[in-house]
Amino acid sequence: MAKKIDVVFSDFTPGSALKKIYDMSPKEVIDLVTQSRLRGRGGAGFPTGLKWQLAAETGIRPKYFVCNADEGEPGTFKDKMILEKQAAKVIEGMLIGAYAIDASRGFIYLRGEYKYLLSSLLAKINELRRQNLLGDDICQRKGFCFDLEVRLGAGAYVCGEESALLSSLEGRRGEARNKPPYPAEKGYMGYPTVVNNVETLSFVPHIILNGPRWFHNYGTEKSAGSKLFSVSGDCKKPGIYEFEFGIKIKDLLKEVEAGEDTKAVQIGGASGFCASKDDFNENICFEGIPTGGSIIIFNESRDMFHVLKNFVEFFQQESCGQCTPCREGCSRMLEGLLKFESGKGSSKTIDDLLDLSETMSLASKCGFGQSVPNSFRTIVSKFKDEIIAR
Amino acid sequence: MLNVKINNQKYSVSEGMTVLDVCKRENIYIPTLCHHPDLETKGICRVCVVEVKNSKTLQAACSTPVYDGMEIFTGTEKVRRVRKTIIELLLANHYTDCTVCAKNLNCELQDLANQYSLTGLRWKERRERTLPLDDSSPVFVRDNNKCVLCKRCVRACDEIQGVYAIANLNKGDSTIVGSEFNKPVSEVVCINCGQCITHCPTGALYEKSFIDDVWKAIDDPEKVVVVQTAPAIRAALGEEFDYPPGTRVTGKMVTALKMIGFDYVFDTQFSADLTIMEEGTELLARLKKAIVDKEDVALPMTTSCSPGWIKFQEHFFPELIPNISTCKSPQQMMGAVLKTYWAEKTGIDPEKIVSVSIMPCTAKKFEAMRPEMADSGYQDVDYVLTTRELARMIKQDAIHLKSLSNSDFDDPLGRSTGAATIFGATGGVMEAAIRTAYETVTGREVPFDSLNVTPVRGLEGIREANIKIEGTKDEWNFLEGVTLNVAVAHGTANAKKIMTRVASGEMNYHFIEIMTCPGGCLAGGGQPIPVTEEIRELRAKAVYEEDMDMKLRKSHENPAVTEIYKDYLGEPNSHKAHELLHTHYTRRGRY
Amino acid sequence: MIEIVRDRVNELTDKYDNKRENLLCILEELGQEYGFLDETIVNEVARAFNISQTEVFSVASFYHFLNTKPIGKYVIRLCRTITCDLAGKDKILSALESELDIKMGETTHDKKYTLDYANCMGMCDKGSAMMVNDDIYDQLTPSRAVEIIKSYK
Repeated sequence: MAKKIDVVFSDFTPGSALKKIYDMSPKEVIDLVTQSRLRGRGGAGFPTGLKWQLAAETGIRPKYFVCNADEGEPGTFKDKMILEKQAAKVIEGMLIGAYAIDASRGFIYLRGEYKYLLSSLLAKINELRRQNLLGDDICQRKGFCFDLEVRLGAGAYVCGEESALLSSLEGRRGEARNKPPYPAEKGYMGYPTVVNNVETLSFVPHIILNGPRWFHNYGTEKSAGSKLFSVSGDCKKPGIYEFEFGIKIKDLLKEVEAGEDTKAVQIGGASGFCASKDDFNENICFEGIPTGGSIIIFNESRDMFHVLKNFVEFFQQESCGQCTPCREGCSRMLEGLLKFESGKGSSKTIDDLLDLSETMSLASKCGFGQSVPNSFRTIVSKFKDEIIAR
Repeated sequence: MLNVKINNQKYSVSEGMTVLDVCKRENIYIPTLCHHPDLETKGICRVCVVEVKNSKTLQAACSTPVYDGMEIFTGTEKVRRVRKTIIELLLANHYTDCTVCAKNLNCELQDLANQYSLTGLRWKERRERTLPLDDSSPVFVRDNNKCVLCKRCVRACDEIQGVYAIANLNKGDSTIVGSEFNKPVSEVVCINCGQCITHCPTGALYEKSFIDDVWKAIDDPEKVVVVQTAPAIRAALGEEFDYPPGTRVTGKMVTALKMIGFDYVFDTQFSADLTIMEEGTELLARLKKAIVDKEDVALPMTTSCSPGWIKFQEHFFPELIPNISTCKSPQQMMGAVLKTYWAEKTGIDPEKIVSVSIMPCTAKKFEAMRPEMADSGYQDVDYVLTTRELARMIKQDAIHLKSLSNSDFDDPLGRSTGAATIFGATGGVMEAAIRTAYETVTGREVPFDSLNVTPVRGLEGIREANIKIEGTKDEWNFLEGVTLNVAVAHGTANAKKIMTRVASGEMNYHFIEIMTCPGGCLAGGGQPIPVTEEIRELRAKAVYEEDMDMKLRKSHENPAVTEIYKDYLGEPNSHKAHELLHTHYTRRGRY
Repeated sequence: MIEIVRDRVNELTDKYDNKRENLLCILEELGQEYGFLDETIVNEVARAFNISQTEVFSVASFYHFLNTKPIGKYVIRLCRTITCDLAGKDKILSALESELDIKMGETTHDKKYTLDYANCMGMCDKGSAMMVNDDIYDQLTPSRAVEIIKSYK
């Protein structure tokens, strides 16, 4: 049975974790985070400690610390709630990271759709400044200075991809950049920059306070800790849940009171994977079915063709439009799907689209294009009859 | 040094190289499309993907740096399959009318389709022009239906020229190249330089052609069709006929022009020498006003031969317009002289003269259309063709350039010196001016080995030189001991840098040569495609060699120039010279 | 008009300074104030940053929330993401379209309302959702959606 966990939204005294790291060297802080095996919660799962270490090791200054609050994956809304309820915790996560990599300036990149959070977020930042938890000589620590600005996105999903986010932060089109160089070496304005997701940062103070081993109490070997899930679709109790990594799909479905007629679960949003009944014993974790947290449940009454078409239309509009496989591929994927709608689709169409999918995931410039075909491939493989029957 | 393996072969490479760099060095073929050696790497077309061991995805060779122990595979089945799908995607969205396309047989997309044996497309092809054609520019056409969004034009306009008249607009499947509010290019700050054209891999950008108008004039027995060819043509035209870059085809070109049916074949190098006389005199006059008369005179003076640069200055630094030499460009001087001096001399009714020029440049087309370029009483130059258009005319007339013998330009306006030959290279105008001005002032040859003013040569974006003037003639003694500070810039992004310094008063130059295109006219927007740094060097080498081969190497030694002053103009900067050979500019601004 | 815009742009470049990285946030503020970025605004911003109008427009045209065409006083953005779609987006769309007598993507004659789509706004557990300018509404029914837009005068 799934264990409900309450880390992210648990009580927290701002400054408490910070005081603890003041006895540690930046390297020790990084080591501790590395030992915790914390991985990025945005979806890609890059080890947080390693990211910090890469940025810490470069001798170039200044360095920047960025919180990725561009939560745009369809079906995800957990970062929004973290920022509403635990902004101080997230900012403390940033402070710890800034201390570790020696950054003195940071940004929260808040998606434009969450603009209504801006005033409360700014109020929180001001409160922290008054409490000397932001600004110069933070908490009487001479020389540790860090302040941040909130920057608003303007309706571009691709800016959730970290290099596109940095382009946007620099006032440019949110186009993904070549990696390498990684942001940790060359990020904001060409300087070393760490970009961490809101949820990732919200775990950091707890890991500092409780130690890396505590984090291993939850989760699996490769996916330590717990994870927030944004659950929506056909279930009685949609909302935000915190479970251990490794939770079985069926256990999650039980918790959210999804019905017996559940036909499919989209894990990881439009860029994620579709699980059918046969997969409900699978574990949700980086080594199983990975997710940034989006869980969308579909019951028997739902048309998976309609779902897939909705996703592909979304990608076609939201691709940054730079690279061929993603820009052209999304359009052609939609073209192929529409063939089914007009009764002209065949299994050859599916094969063509699968070949296209391969090219998109192998050759796209960034994670956006590479993950576009995930939903296509999984929906088509699991509901092929439903697609062809159109 | 790092060790990498490519297709199981070991190579020693240096840090900072990309996979593509190494493969190029080792002659391992990797197809590319968005990559251009002039431009910053974008890694967006993804045609150059390769397999890298332990990497989940394929990597773009152009943007992926090598690391020690890297194992690369450039031609696996997976790589070929993916590349083919990418090319297919590009082709499906590309309006394909190859046989009637301006870039037919010189199209990188066509080559790729060919190489990857694309015989059919799995996607719906773009069979019609669904996007409007922008033919608003006086000099070129943009057909977004053929655009593959490689951003080479966008990068050329921004990185090389500092203009940024075009950019990617919108996102996703709506992405197109265009300008603010989708305005036609005639309504934005475009300098007509044509670098977008020479960097475009497909037929999405091409010059407006006047070939048919020229044929019509040639076919008209009433007309006397006169052609002039710019210095840079002879060093590049051969490339259109399978000569290696840097081959001089001067004599064959003249023969071809005569075979085509031009009645007279003149050399823009004549008027380049004339330009040096006028511009050198103007510079010395400005210096005298500044030093002797203490007048407030615009210095540094900049050259005015390059019409892209003129429009750039009119837009970007209108307050520095007085600094531009009032001299017309060699093309326009020739145009004005043809329909006046030459017409009178030969007794040909200027009304009947059709003046055609072959230019390495698209901006020249615009220059010839400027309303002020009619001092002869007629439009001084009627049609401007690019080097590429000339090549097409030669081919249309079934002339086999390689088999032609050499001919000479016609007298007298075909006479020129080595100083004029090097006009086509960046630094060439400066060098020619120095050769003449120094000798005018001191009575001695410029103190450089074989007259080669090497400090102003080369392909560095901005170059500076200081020349101390000593032993002046009496009338120029105010220049005794003065160090002349000169600078050379090419590519208007570099011009922008240098003019910003001038505007701020940071730099005290006397004379600046600016060429719109990187490398100068040799790599102008009307020259054969492709153009790379290597090709620029080879073309430059060709003109410097031609200069060395000339008997006369200083503009003031050109006998035809001496004659025109004696018989017609009087002296440099005379009233008559001003009427015909000088011009004025328009404050355009940017906003 | 030009002077007013120029003064406002200068105020903003004083606030943020005219470093290139501040272009987007200044465009966002101007978009908020003027509704859409017209030629005058793009021109004045380009001048303030000493960049080309095309560069400014290129950035603006990338972002869905920056409009370069006239829009209504109130922009209604209906979430088109799958969960809201499954929760009855189409019915809400029909209700809004018939109430406003325009189609998706259009603006009413009186320039009061523009109807547009948005992607996921993080209300998936309470779909359908829509935004009216910066305000978010969830658990929409066709009649509630109509009531809401009526409250924007």
